[in-house]
Amino acid sequence: MNAFVDPVGARLPRLEAREKVVGTAQYLDDHVRPGMLYAAVAQSPHAHARIRGYDVSKAKALPGVKAVVTGADIPVRRVGGMLKDETMLAVGKVRYVGEPVAAVAARDLATARLAAQLIEVDYEPLPTVLSIEDALKPDAPLLHEELASYVRTMDGNSHGNVVWESTLAEGDVDAAWSRCDVIVEGTYRTPAQYHAYMEPNGAIAEVDGNGRITVLATCQSVHHIQTRVADELGIPMSQVRAQVSRVGGGFGGKHASNIHSIAAWLARATGKPVKLALSRTQDMEIQRSRHPALIRLRTGALRDGTVIAREATITLDGGAYADESPNVLAFAMLMIRGPYNIPNVRIRGSAVYTNKLRAGSFRGFGNPQATFAGESQMDELADKLGIDPVELRLHNAMRPGDRWIGGHTATTCQLVACLEKVREAREAAPALPPPKPGRKRGSAVVAVTHISGLMGTSASVHMRGDGTFALNTGCVDIGQGSDTTMTQLCASLLKVPVERIVYGTQDSDLSPYNWKTAGSRSTYMTGRAVVAATEIVRDKILEHAAAMFECATADLELRPGGRVGVVGVPGKEVGFKDVALRSLFRSGGPIVGFHGFVFDGERFDPKRALIERLAFDNLGVYTFGAQCVEVEVDTLTGRVEVLRVWSAHDVGKAINPASVEGQIQGGIVQGLGYALYEQLIWDDDGRLSNPSFADYKVPGILDAPATIVPIVLEDPDPTGPFGAKGVGEISLVGIAPAIANAVCAATGGRLRQIPMTPERVLDALEAS
Amino acid sequence: MADTLSYELRINGEVLSVASPATATLLDVLRYQLGMTGSKRGCNQGVCGACTVLLDGVPVRGCLTLAANVGERAVTTVEGMSQGGTLSRVQQALLDAGAIQCGFCTPGVVVTLEAFLRDHPKPSADEVRHALSGNLCRCSGYVKIVEAAVIAAGAAP
Repeated sequence: MNAFVDPVGARLPRLEAREKVVGTAQYLDDHVRPGMLYAAVAQSPHAHARIRGYDVSKAKALPGVKAVVTGADIPVRRVGGMLKDETMLAVGKVRYVGEPVAAVAARDLATARLAAQLIEVDYEPLPTVLSIEDALKPDAPLLHEELASYVRTMDGNSHGNVVWESTLAEGDVDAAWSRCDVIVEGTYRTPAQYHAYMEPNGAIAEVDGNGRITVLATCQSVHHIQTRVADELGIPMSQVRAQVSRVGGGFGGKHASNIHSIAAWLARATGKPVKLALSRTQDMEIQRSRHPALIRLRTGALRDGTVIAREATITLDGGAYADESPNVLAFAMLMIRGPYNIPNVRIRGSAVYTNKLRAGSFRGFGNPQATFAGESQMDELADKLGIDPVELRLHNAMRPGDRWIGGHTATTCQLVACLEKVREAREAAPALPPPKPGRKRGSAVVAVTHISGLMGTSASVHMRGDGTFALNTGCVDIGQGSDTTMTQLCASLLKVPVERIVYGTQDSDLSPYNWKTAGSRSTYMTGRAVVAATEIVRDKILEHAAAMFECATADLELRPGGRVGVVGVPGKEVGFKDVALRSLFRSGGPIVGFHGFVFDGERFDPKRALIERLAFDNLGVYTFGAQCVEVEVDTLTGRVEVLRVWSAHDVGKAINPASVEGQIQGGIVQGLGYALYEQLIWDDDGRLSNPSFADYKVPGILDAPATIVPIVLEDPDPTGPFGAKGVGEISLVGIAPAIANAVCAATGGRLRQIPMTPERVLDALEAS
Repeated sequence: MADTLSYELRINGEVLSVASPATATLLDVLRYQLGMTGSKRGCNQGVCGACTVLLDGVPVRGCLTLAANVGERAVTTVEGMSQGGTLSRVQQALLDAGAIQCGFCTPGVVVTLEAFLRDHPKPSADEVRHALSGNLCRCSGYVKIVEAAVIAAGAAP
């Protein structure tokens, strides 16, 4: 028998990798049900219009059509996050092109789509609001006339087209400016990035004999789907069961949306299973994007490089519905000071409604926008001070024990080491052949941070009769590898190979509660629950064994492979199977461990910071990092090529180093797309101009640098599972400013707007 | 509705009878008639590569290939890549290299690399990158996929 290898820290292949490479993994559209109907949605052709009426007679008359539902058929039950402003189908008004106004279930997809086209809606077009500036004009058309009446979980000072307004401040920024030797300011703009998970979104809903609904979704949380469907249908959560298929990527875009309730409604109307699988174009038109941002930023420093003041005004374009705008805004505000000890900071933030696709959560959650502005400006400041940009960052960098804005302590913080590591790696890298004529090279380093502790989660561990285990959590693996990571934690504590543990698929009837796969929180939050639940099971195993050996538990130890032995007596041991059988049939009952908790870190310190209407009050556990990119700019065409990237992160403990590296590498290329290519574009009528992969550029392999070097620093967090912190989002966060700074280092051209298209690069070169 | 055609397809060594509309793509037939859902629909316009299958050993887009035009050509899908439960060298290398994340692009990557390595037994990493230029992956940053291809090339076929 091979020696036992501790699963924690091992580069284990994904537990589900085999089914993925042979093609048997079942994603949403791979599932069928007996008698299943197919759904299609009718979408608004207008960005803003009043709905005068519907004529569904032609659609209903089409052979094979089983149900038609419009906004006139549904009770008005507004749902959403902090501000509940959205209905399953448009009611009374449409607010963006593509918005679902009606839905059809039919015996096949072609019939359903044809029927959706036959639905006639009488619209009265209204003036549109398509930009942040337009939304804030005094006489701007209002998207939500009834905004004041909407239910909200806290006051966000919503008014006009303003979804939410918040303020966050520390120190006295007004007094600080006069002490600054150097001040830089600028306006930064970022686009609507589309998640482009490779699997389009979808749902299958079915109804049992008692009318209870089951929704199978490709999603980031079955508990979130369950809540949203129950809210939209106006039924108790006990009447909705949510399950998850394999998920072909999420990135924040597969939280609950209107599609789950539409499928559920049609299933109830027909009594049949109904599949609503979006085409790529529909997915782009009716799901979510990253928030476009307009950020005005000002930073001031003393001659020696000590940054003493930063002031920001962040405005997010939230699109037609609030969704997670208040939260994304709060997080952008929390991140824009950056990982620097700046004593005087004031941040004003707002999110506005426009007649476009709703913006929502997307890997980074406001942080990429904030960091694009903040880290671009750090290089502008370094230039004006005549200080090396890395030295400027090192001079101001947070160290262990320093505070984030709001007062949270950075218990572990290897920012300085991360900055030094990427600089060293860049200097040690082999020299490249010189660039061709007309091309210029440059590199730059940025500092980044993200959190991993927030909201609630739980886990259970059940010992089976043969001494194997079932591990259950509500944490959905959307490709990041949490199934494997959670199993590794459990297996390590029980000293068994991962094959002896099954990690259950999420089902709202069975899985312990978890908020969502979001916020880089799975390893840190659900991982902690897994560790605690496993420790309960381990202790019960020891108690049984102690009774069997008639000794104290302190005299016992777990031995690799599923045995309990008496310390110092090699032959004296009992197998897990015997312990399990004792618990099931003789004494004590089944061995089960459960642990649940809500994030329990420090709260904001109201004596330190002014915090008004901030949509988060309980989050933390900071992962730090530094990212270095090397670019080559074609000064004739304006094309930017990223040659090499080094990215260092203090992850606490890499539970699965291969997964950590995969997260870092993948985030970097998604960040590269954000920096250079990706943007949803709306025309003057509010119509999305590029809702397809042919017209929306997702980075391919030849756009990605061949050299992406993850540098993993392990400095265990005292609260993390085996010391681990999150790493899911941080690697995307700094790439856009790193590339912008590297382009500036290469050419002198400063870009304050992404994506850095060739046109914008040439404009910046001309202006430099 | 379009006229229905009846024809045969040679898929992974089996001859299968199919009746489909003339407009049905090979991807439609594989996924929705034959229940072979390994080939994925990511964009349905030939960009993402998740539907890549082989026709007589040549990678093609399942979503851009009319099923009724396939004729006598042998279709190989991801389901045909592992023999008797044994993973192919490409599949094994993707698994070992940690190149699997969400997995939705993986079938297209497997099929593309199988054909490429058959024709280019000892490729450079740069040649691998060009071979995969038609396969989008949103999770991995492509690094470990290239590493896997190099590992697979080093393994016995």
